[in-house]
Amino acid sequence: MDEKIIKQVSIFVENKPGRLAAVTEILYRAKINIRAFTIAEAGDFGIIRMVVDKTDDAHRLLKENGFTVSLTRVLGVEVEDEPGGMFKIAKALGNEGINIEYVYAFTSGVERAMIILRVDDIEKATDVLEKEGVLFKGEVP
Amino acid sequence: MPYSEKYWQKEEIMPKKDLMELQFKRLKHTVKNAYENVPFYRKKLKEARIHPDDIKKREDVSKLPFTVKEDLRDTYPFGLFAVPKEKLVRIHTSSGTSGKPKVVGYTKRDLDNWINMVARCLYMTGIRNHDVFQNMVSYALFTGGLGMHYGAELIGAMVVPSATGNTERQISYIQDFGTTAIHATPSYALHIKEVAEKMDLRPDELGLKIGCFGAEPWSDSMRKRLEESFGLKAFDSYGLSEMNGPGVAFECEEQNGLHIWADHYFIEIIDEEGKPAGEGERGELVLTPLTKEAMPLLRYRTGDLTYTIDYKCSCGRTHPKIHRILGRADDMIVVRGINVFPSQIEHILMKIPDAGDSYQVVITREGTLDEMKVRVEMKDELFRGELEDFRRIQSKIQKELLKEVGLRINVDLVEKGTLERFKLKAKRVLDMRKDTI
Repeated sequence: MDEKIIKQVSIFVENKPGRLAAVTEILYRAKINIRAFTIAEAGDFGIIRMVVDKTDDAHRLLKENGFTVSLTRVLGVEVEDEPGGMFKIAKALGNEGINIEYVYAFTSGVERAMIILRVDDIEKATDVLEKEGVLFKGEVP
Repeated sequence: MPYSEKYWQKEEIMPKKDLMELQFKRLKHTVKNAYENVPFYRKKLKEARIHPDDIKKREDVSKLPFTVKEDLRDTYPFGLFAVPKEKLVRIHTSSGTSGKPKVVGYTKRDLDNWINMVARCLYMTGIRNHDVFQNMVSYALFTGGLGMHYGAELIGAMVVPSATGNTERQISYIQDFGTTAIHATPSYALHIKEVAEKMDLRPDELGLKIGCFGAEPWSDSMRKRLEESFGLKAFDSYGLSEMNGPGVAFECEEQNGLHIWADHYFIEIIDEEGKPAGEGERGELVLTPLTKEAMPLLRYRTGDLTYTIDYKCSCGRTHPKIHRILGRADDMIVVRGINVFPSQIEHILMKIPDAGDSYQVVITREGTLDEMKVRVEMKDELFRGELEDFRRIQSKIQKELLKEVGLRINVDLVEKGTLERFKLKAKRVLDMRKDTI
């Protein structure tokens, strides 16, 4: 079960020039690679959310540099990069009454898309998607 | 040598009646000293048609004109001194926000009186000769450094004159020298806490027992936070350089109001019109130093807002008490017609665990409408990575502020460590309206 769950790094930042650079510079210097990334903004501040290859290192380094960071349990699934890929997942979860709080996706490699999902019931969502035959990414290699 | 196990000087427990008599006798003497030796006061009293002999009973004090900060600036540097320069043994200054500093001077006896008052205060908080007293305020011309330094030394405590700056080294001093008592501004103390935590140290295991905090207004909630963080007992310190410096008033073991030394100061609280405020009524503290040879200021308007608390204190001291400073008369901000004191906002924020240890109030003007915004630092433990976190914290703080201040105040969350912690006096209010007018 746990190997199917990804730990997303969430960072609190003020919405002003240079903050994203400050965060990503720390990761770059530690040779940490960002696999998926999004920003949720709420006016003067926001949250940077990302999935990286060395989660614990990223978490520790950002904390050491004074950032407010938390790890969030999310699901990472891989689908075909074709029409209906997102729909299949959203429908399966919706049918089971699972709410998707946020989602971000990106295409990777050839004809594959990676979807990061934050849901209200992660265990149930895992079961549902498993039945759909969705491929979990687990801890990102 | 202390007078007893409990009191530094016997004057602390003088019978109230004797104390009041001594106070009035000294007041008459001070007025005479000012009249005879300071041309500024001779002129001022003559203009007001008052002669020192007209002060026959306590109430007559209200016939005397006030002294204000500007008088010190206008007579810069030595215009209010009552003694020739050779009698002076030290000067201090108090920085003004603009223009010339205020210069204050001391004779040998003034210093002696002052330092004994500081010793009274520190002794009152429980500091004894076996204590190690780390004095983490600016030395130099600021009275807080040398004043507390010599007071603690007089008691026989070992003084670590570490002054300000280099917080990590300050923490090492505390550990290496076995510091038991500290003197700092409350905001700097909180900064020490944060730095200690960053160094993987537990502030409550540093061994501190007594904290003397002053130089900026703070609140009971801040006291709680300081006491819980460090495992010490926090005492409020009040003083101003025009009245010697620190040691004018201090909290005793009751931690309920500050004893103000009535044998050395004549104490008045006035309302906005300059009339005596009623018993327990909030107003501006007006002080006349009674034993100051070098600079006998008459009815000096401190600008500090408080009220008197007069009851028989369980500590046995007979000197009256003032409530901790509620704010400064000139600090009051009027936002949309509502009077707001930064100390009031601090008090509210400190009661909310979700608000960080630092805050800043920003006032702007949009068109003709004043906007007030409070910036608080995001706390690590509250951040779960959801936008909902912000809404929860913001609305909680906003609700409390609305309830207590009566204004809808926007709450901005900022990254931790971004709000400046000033070593001397934290600048909590940013009034941007002044720039636009």
